[in-house]
Amino acid sequence: MSEIDKLLELAKSGDRRSLSRLMTEIADSEKTPKFHSESIWTLGVTGPPGSGKSTLIGRLAKQWVDMGESVAILALDPTSPISGGSFLADRIRMEGSDLGDKVFVRSIASGNTPGGISPRIWPMCHALSLCGWSRIVVETVGTGQSEFRIAALADRLLLVDGPDRGDIIQAEKAGILELADVIAVNKSDLPGASLSAQSIRTSLNLSDDDSREVILVSALEGEGVEKLISAIESCETQSGRNEMIMREVLISEWDSLLVSHPEIDEIIRKLCDSSITIDEAIKLLRTSIPNGR
Amino acid sequence: MRVVIAKPGLDGHDRGAKVIARALRDGGHDVIYTGLRKTPSDIVRIVNDEDAEVLGLSTLSGAHDSLIPKICDGLREEELGDVIVFAGGIIPDRDLELLYKSGVRAVFGPGTPTSEVLGFLDEARQRKKENVPIGVGDDLGWHWN
Repeated sequence: MSEIDKLLELAKSGDRRSLSRLMTEIADSEKTPKFHSESIWTLGVTGPPGSGKSTLIGRLAKQWVDMGESVAILALDPTSPISGGSFLADRIRMEGSDLGDKVFVRSIASGNTPGGISPRIWPMCHALSLCGWSRIVVETVGTGQSEFRIAALADRLLLVDGPDRGDIIQAEKAGILELADVIAVNKSDLPGASLSAQSIRTSLNLSDDDSREVILVSALEGEGVEKLISAIESCETQSGRNEMIMREVLISEWDSLLVSHPEIDEIIRKLCDSSITIDEAIKLLRTSIPNGR
Repeated sequence: MRVVIAKPGLDGHDRGAKVIARALRDGGHDVIYTGLRKTPSDIVRIVNDEDAEVLGLSTLSGAHDSLIPKICDGLREEELGDVIVFAGGIIPDRDLELLYKSGVRAVFGPGTPTSEVLGFLDEARQRKKENVPIGVGDDLGWHWN
């Protein structure tokens, strides 16, 4: 039995120390571990920086715990490209994160795993589900295509925007607006929120059969949170979603294979001094993808 | 290293904690900040859930002598004895011995250059690698300053 399987067994029996170590093992292991839970329930949450995602997730967690659920949250933050360090502070905003045994929060720096964190998030979610966590939330800051995409791999996707920014346009650019199952405009206690919600509704109405709701919430004051919960709980997975998810999984695994290729640095160096062309580089990579993953 | 920076108790000032968090990030560490007013059991749970290797405790309220030993005991009880603990803030010299006896390995007062904290973490990492006692549950004795 491998170390990871042992930890999984202990974590399943309710040992929180083992659960936490299991998450680290999944993130750090050379190979992407394969776990599968039939009863997995995941929600991706993404949106522009400062839109209140963490605060809102804290609210949702509290509500879910009141409903008898157990909530695991994976909060992704970027790694500094300069120092390689990270400042992970999502949990400060999650009031619900201190609810004790029923809430598990793990902060994850996106840049520490060879090949990117994205292929590791889903085994983590499946492992959490196997350990009995009934509501699993993956939070990513929507600052770029790849961050948006990680959240889009969940069974259902919540997109959060703020009142004053029209940043949802960024989401539209990244193609994320089409993927969102539920859209929330947060900070309804501030002026401009309903206008912002209205403009998103208008943009959704541009296609005829779009019945998705845009929900006004205030994570700070709690207004609209129940309505949001029921929208999340009742949302139906869009048709074609599974294909979309598998496509993303394949692409992220492929990317990970590429960036963890043993000769990638050498090939990049050769590209820099023009000793090979891009086509030659691709050929080199394609003929020598390492086995044994 | 994965470092949790925590603010135990009722003190509401976290500029120092944030300066340290920032310096450690710039030094290449992954820093998780808890936010204000955490109880000892909150902090122990956060260290567990985040699977942190290091815990930094910042306190300015004068309650360090009761809160910090409680946190160190909590870590040992929860099988987190390999976690390395350091403290910072307003901590009078007469209380240092008590903290070292609880398992704290370094105490940084006002005016400490951030490079010194990074130096401590380098040393801590080295000791851990060589299996020399450094965790809160290991044999006591050695401390940074």
